[in-house]
Amino acid sequence: MMEEQHDHGHRFGMVIDLDKCTGCGTCMVACAAENNVSVRPDESDKQRSITWMQLFKITNGKEFPDTEVSYFPRPCMQCEEDGHGGHHPTCVSVCVATATRVDPNTGIVSQIYTRCIGCRYCQAACPYHARYFNWWDGYFPKGKGLEKYLSPEVSPRMRGVVEKCTFCHHRYMRAKTQAYAEDRRELEEGEYVTACTEACPAQAITFGDLNNPEHKVSQLAKSPYAFRLLERINTKPKVYYLSTRDWVRKMADNYLPGEFKRVKKVTG
Amino acid sequence: MDSPLIPEGVKRCSPKVFFFWTLPWIGLLLWGGVAAVLCLWKGLNQTNMSNIFAFALWIVFDLGLIALGAGAFFTGFLTYIIGRKELKNIINAAVIIGFICYSGAVAMLGIDIGQPIRGWFIFWHANIHSMLVEVSFCITCYLGVLAVEFIPIILENRKIQEVKELRLFGHNLHEIMAVFAATGTFLSFFHQGSLGGMFGVMYARPFAARGGFYIWPWTFFLFILSAIAVGPCFTILCTRLTEAISRKKLVPDNAIQLLAKISAWLLSAYMVLKILDTLVWMYGSVPREGLTFMDFFRQGPYGVWMLVVEIIICGIIPAIILMIPNARKQQGWLITASLLACTGIVLNRFMFIIVTLAIPVMPFGRFWSYLPTWQEWGLSLAIIGYGILLFSLAYRYLPVFPKESELNPALETRAT
Repeated sequence: MMEEQHDHGHRFGMVIDLDKCTGCGTCMVACAAENNVSVRPDESDKQRSITWMQLFKITNGKEFPDTEVSYFPRPCMQCEEDGHGGHHPTCVSVCVATATRVDPNTGIVSQIYTRCIGCRYCQAACPYHARYFNWWDGYFPKGKGLEKYLSPEVSPRMRGVVEKCTFCHHRYMRAKTQAYAEDRRELEEGEYVTACTEACPAQAITFGDLNNPEHKVSQLAKSPYAFRLLERINTKPKVYYLSTRDWVRKMADNYLPGEFKRVKKVTG
Repeated sequence: MDSPLIPEGVKRCSPKVFFFWTLPWIGLLLWGGVAAVLCLWKGLNQTNMSNIFAFALWIVFDLGLIALGAGAFFTGFLTYIIGRKELKNIINAAVIIGFICYSGAVAMLGIDIGQPIRGWFIFWHANIHSMLVEVSFCITCYLGVLAVEFIPIILENRKIQEVKELRLFGHNLHEIMAVFAATGTFLSFFHQGSLGGMFGVMYARPFAARGGFYIWPWTFFLFILSAIAVGPCFTILCTRLTEAISRKKLVPDNAIQLLAKISAWLLSAYMVLKILDTLVWMYGSVPREGLTFMDFFRQGPYGVWMLVVEIIICGIIPAIILMIPNARKQQGWLITASLLACTGIVLNRFMFIIVTLAIPVMPFGRFWSYLPTWQEWGLSLAIIGYGILLFSLAYRYLPVFPKESELNPALETRAT
């Protein structure tokens, strides 16, 4: 499988172990800092906040002492095909100005900020609410040190366009440049990881190439405990979750009574 | 003062009365103007739209206007292509209403996008897979067609008729109007359909997603059918409203009755298909995604009552009323049925836009609420103000209703 290839055949993906996730929110902070996500003086309006990585808290709905809590970190799911004969994620096929597309070499769903016209059809089409509109001009208050944290590798967004998680695509470009300088054609596992993966103190996030069987991420994605968010609507995300808890797995999708199947046999 | 501009053989109110009549509509336009400037200058944070409600009041107005404005192309089709001569007495009004609806919708869309200066990217970087691209192409082209259809009506103004070249130009345009009617029909079929397709193709939104034929979801066909069924009702309503305000009979009954009859058949056909579509969706695609129909209404103010109102009260009932010749011949029933049908189509568009977005798809998602700001209301109501103003101006200065002088020989009534 490690055949010589020029950047083709990758399907970068992520596995998030929900049993390890403590809900600390470091992934959200790391993501925002890495990707020059703008802030507002007042961020209390959560319908308009920009959080490429968002943390959802879920509970099993039982009374104390049986209450259990889990967290769903939700980046862009980087969906790959619609499963209806086409080959586009729901946001890609609807975009009027071809401002978003799936890179066939990496599987990453990109967003061209300077081409987006801000019609927000992609937001309407995305069931994960992973797309964010810039309701205001970018705001990085000067004199408070925030401007010093701006990354030169990520372009800040202008008002009136949609943005979303890019799997830290600039890190991929950086890793490729490094490999090129070292006369290598392939990236080693771990050379390109997203900021959230790197920052997670519980190491709950694993990132890599789902097409490469030697990458840990592709092995974890095959676990009987692995699942994806809203798998039944056929969005085919490249973000997988792991949990040994049935109620958590059940919470990831909609089931009619009796449809949900528990994992019976524990392997790996 | 402006009497040389008023068509011959008809009576209009004094310029002073007309001026006062226009004031509230100019007020609405100013309100909308302030809202538009604020949105363009400060951005869409002036609205209450959010990352959840990416489409909101403006899109509901847009889709409602475009559906109601369908009377223009459909009446044009019946008049020029099918050759129903009696509709020539109402076609001008239908064209002007269509022009108002479409130009209003395009103006609103211009404010609604986050980067209005990049609006042309839709054409330059067109994504042929997007239903919204087809909508944009067809609406823009059709607005051009409507403008061309409107020009000969403007050229019929008494003063303009005195210029020989313009008179001849207008006459020649009239001669080839069938070409534009055909083009308009073609364009309209596609964008009315694509507007429905926009929602049907959102396969990750189970409330809106529908199966379909090849690349077209069923909503594509349902939106076309509902628009051509209800568009004529809106034309009837506008005409009757003008008659009530001007206290004159403007259109012979046979034209109105023909439109009502066609509307009745189309609305009935639409209701049959809509009910079938709803049942297939309710018992087919929704359970396939692990949901029950009632799951959609677990949170928030929306409920099954909306569907009942849409299908039964604003669908089946007006269809029955319009189907019965004796009922549709009575002014009261005709107006009631037309009003119900128009309300039904707006409710249908509202559900596909707002309810679709309000219902969380992720099981742990929550319901968010949305109420428009004064800026959103301002821009929306400004379109109504603009419409009434433009129609009033057209009525005052152009021979919109060819049979007006024939139907009102006395010419003594006061009019707007």
